[in-house]
Amino acid sequence: MRGRTHPVEAVAAWLLALIWLAPLAYAFWSALHPAAYATSFSLSAPWTLENFTRAWKQAPFARYYLNTVVLVTLVLVGQLILSTLAAYAFARFRFKGSGMAFALVLLQLMIMPDVLIVENYRAIAKLGLLDTIPAIALPYMASAFGIFLLRQTFKSVPQELVEAARVEGAGPLVILWRVYVPLARPTYVAFGLVSVSYHWNNFLWPLIVTNSVEARPLTVGLAVFGAPETGVDWSVITAATVMTMAPLLIAFLLFQRQFVQSFMRAGIR
Amino acid sequence: MTDFAASSPISERRARSQAWWNAVNAWLLLLPAAVLLVAFTHWPILATIRHSLFITKRNGTEVFVGADSYRAMAADPIFWKALVNNFWFALGTIPTSIALALIMAVWVNRNMRGRGFLRLAYFTPTVLPMIAVANIWLFFYTPDYGALDQLRGLFGLGGRNWLGDPSTVMGCLIVMVIWKEAGFFMIFYLAALQQLSPDLDEAASIEGASRWYTFRRITFPLLMPTTLFVAINAVINSFKLVDHLVIMTKGGPNNASTLLLYYIYEVAFTFQDSSYAATLTVVLLMLLSAIALIKFGYLDRRIHYQ
Repeated sequence: MRGRTHPVEAVAAWLLALIWLAPLAYAFWSALHPAAYATSFSLSAPWTLENFTRAWKQAPFARYYLNTVVLVTLVLVGQLILSTLAAYAFARFRFKGSGMAFALVLLQLMIMPDVLIVENYRAIAKLGLLDTIPAIALPYMASAFGIFLLRQTFKSVPQELVEAARVEGAGPLVILWRVYVPLARPTYVAFGLVSVSYHWNNFLWPLIVTNSVEARPLTVGLAVFGAPETGVDWSVITAATVMTMAPLLIAFLLFQRQFVQSFMRAGIR
Repeated sequence: MTDFAASSPISERRARSQAWWNAVNAWLLLLPAAVLLVAFTHWPILATIRHSLFITKRNGTEVFVGADSYRAMAADPIFWKALVNNFWFALGTIPTSIALALIMAVWVNRNMRGRGFLRLAYFTPTVLPMIAVANIWLFFYTPDYGALDQLRGLFGLGGRNWLGDPSTVMGCLIVMVIWKEAGFFMIFYLAALQQLSPDLDEAASIEGASRWYTFRRITFPLLMPTTLFVAINAVINSFKLVDHLVIMTKGGPNNASTLLLYYIYEVAFTFQDSSYAATLTVVLLMLLSAIALIKFGYLDRRIHYQ
């Protein structure tokens, strides 16, 4: 399959790529031009950043950015710590009930917090956390996916390295920190990228548990801003849309290879 | 030394205390994750089932009603509509995006000029928030003013209310989701293709097999595990993807685009009927468990514990 490519196929591949990029190109076009040119494409259309400044002024996007950054950081740090500890237990300790416990963890791969919105809302309300950033983060902090990925990686760590550290008198936590964690770096990067993209983009749960500017992440802020009843110009809404996706998009363009490899690594499992 | 240890009663006791100590350590390591998993996954699952059997009165007391909510659900046309919609949504999005993903992966895997750019183009929708995607596509489908109607205008066709018409709304959403997901599935095929031995292709071409024949008889069968894996994940995803409905259609017109999870969201948070929402959630949980059984019982045995 790696040989010559038929020209027809090459044309088809490129055509599909252009179709795939068109919606995005379109969003950038209307975000960067005055409202009058939102639907008419003319090369002489003047470029402008006014839509961005208007969006920025009309809604507290700076605060939304901050909220999203705090949210994804909180989720990621929590997930990394909890999954590392749990994965270590599953990978290198023999104990009664470990198989059962692992199966119960894997259950979350199928029934994710995303579908348990009704009961999780009840729980968050009972904890008195409604309308806070931790409320958005909490149900996702223990990640079956993270535990699973790290367990696989930890299992492949050579036993000789662990023995060597033990001979030097290192305890379980020191061994975890000095031997396992450094060797699992690629897994951490992969999991981190997938987690950050997921929680940057997550919408339904944050929509449900937040109700104020102080807690709302970007996605929810965008939905509130773009709601038809607000009567905001289409071009301004697209500018806000571009602002919402820009950080991830830029990160993706800069670290394309890592992104693709991370999603691959995370997906093969 | 181990033989000696096994036979001596003192070291046997030591071994037992070692095992006990081991278990304590392991459970301590598990504890933080376990608490949160139980609190936000296992407990809610049980609570959902419990709440589906009760109704909450206005004064806050719970009354056991048994299967009443389920009977009400069976008589609820919107529930059935959502379920059927979920089926069509899955059927509309999954096979097409998988086929596209496979084609994309085969192309990107070739030594084609600009393959880096092609991969970028195909994969980009994956990293975008669904809500941003919904905003962009909402404008495509805007009657008269939107891009789709402008395009039709070039051919002298009139405007249509794409998202306001029950006969077109589902199709429109399906196209959008295919666009969003195909590049994601491509990644898995790409990974699988890169693990296939190039010798196979070489051998086939030496034997004079055409490229299409090689693909159909060698590559595609070898990719079967990937296809099953992607298909299962796509089915699970199709039950979770509802963000776009909040912005684009709110399940309408006349529930033509509503999906089960969106209906649960509406019942729980717009109509404030959390016991009926629990009943609906039980159905969703049963569907997901059925998929889980297929996945773990049949597919993953080989993939997980090799």
